Amino acid sequence: MTDEILRRTPLYALHLELGGKMVPFAGYEMPVQYPAGILKEHLHTREKAGLFDVSHMGQAFLAGDTAALERVTPAEVAGLKEGMQRYGLLLTDQGTIKDDFMFSRLAGEAELYLVVNAGTKEADFAFIADRLNGAATLTPRFDRALLALQGPAAAAALERHSPGISALTFMQVKRATVAGAPAIVSRTGYTGEDGFEISLAGADADRVARALLGEAEVMPIGLGARDSLRLEAGLCLYGHDIDETTDPAQAALLWSIGKRRKEARDFPAAEKILGGAPTRKRVGIRTEGRAPAREGAEIADKSGRIIGIVTSGGFGPSLNAPVAMGYVEPACAAIGTPVDLMVRGKPLPAAIAPMPFVPHTYRR
Amino acid sequence: MSEVRYTDQHEWIRLDGDTATIGITKYAAESLGDVVFVELPAAGKAVTAGGEAAVVESVKAASDIYAPAGGTVVEANSALEAAPSKVNEDPEGEGWFFKLKGVSKDEFAELMDEAAYKTFVDGL
Repeated sequence: MTDEILRRTPLYALHLELGGKMVPFAGYEMPVQYPAGILKEHLHTREKAGLFDVSHMGQAFLAGDTAALERVTPAEVAGLKEGMQRYGLLLTDQGTIKDDFMFSRLAGEAELYLVVNAGTKEADFAFIADRLNGAATLTPRFDRALLALQGPAAAAALERHSPGISALTFMQVKRATVAGAPAIVSRTGYTGEDGFEISLAGADADRVARALLGEAEVMPIGLGARDSLRLEAGLCLYGHDIDETTDPAQAALLWSIGKRRKEARDFPAAEKILGGAPTRKRVGIRTEGRAPAREGAEIADKSGRIIGIVTSGGFGPSLNAPVAMGYVEPACAAIGTPVDLMVRGKPLPAAIAPMPFVPHTYRR
Repeated sequence: MSEVRYTDQHEWIRLDGDTATIGITKYAAESLGDVVFVELPAAGKAVTAGGEAAVVESVKAASDIYAPAGGTVVEANSALEAAPSKVNEDPEGEGWFFKLKGVSKDEFAELMDEAAYKTFVDGL
């Protein structure tokens, strides 16, 4: 992979100027951290506000019979109200998770606005276009940038550049002007904090990012803290906690399936997914002590039998303790079940724990 | 009079009489980022030159720490259990990892001195 040509987001020059430590991620050169470091960046986001460049994610517009998107997702698409965004899963024909994504219906607009994961975007867009087979037309917008402003001070900071924007509530979305640039702004994010995601033309991204970073509360945040924040929030990372081997029931994401869809059972493997007998379940895990267990660590019951595997693990700066999520046999998934995480050949005492590890502070 | 040597894995070893103190360099600490946990060897454990001796966990990842020279562990820096951030704050001082006895003078002499290590790091 050493000769892979990495892509850059419109904020590449800004990342370098801010001292970002650039690493390859999903085919892009992205900042894993800035000079403040992951711990400070994480804590700052929870205390004030952090600005994330998520321009590598896949944005697209869907025109035509947009309800046809229900062919590839069990989410309720047809019933999504204007001005609202929703979380959905893209399913394979076997009912496993091809990706997770967000879709929005902007007020007065016929098109849906989609955001999918960076590492899967080309494959997702090809899959959607294939399955929609002309009923609706997907237009990828690789030219657009995406910023996330997250944290308790995000609303106050953004309000100064987009008067009125703080009237949005969680999962609402609208077109707005941010620092003079036309944007699509949603009150969403992936840190568990209140915050916004701002989609805008690539050419405007640098100027808008600088304007937001000019606010006293706002600090630039890299991929490292982005990962520790989402893990503390109990949110799945595609390719790790969910992938084409997991289904929505195993992943504890049945809530993302619309009520009408559950009744109609009109999506791949619906009987199996809704059958109430998943072969394994995604759970949160807290360990005793300070040693983190990483992705790939085996989970054992107290007799030493392997009952599962860690899919995300690390240190939670807000908890000042290690946190993990993984999959275990359903019989071992109850909150409080004592387990051991196998780290460097040794059992690390742990227990199944409720998620999120850090409470969500969304503005409902 | 103490002498310090360095490895190409970015450990340092300081020899005071017949006791050697081992830690990671400033370069290593900066590369790892915020250290949140250090797994240290128990006193009495025998280590060999280049063998795994400790593990340092940053927010990002776990990294093995190798013994720059063989010997027997006489003490681990228990202060790192409660304050692993000392590894970032003072990697070549208070953030030391463990002490060895019985280090071979020959193994020690083969390691890089400060000037050689600086040249090595500048070339990375």
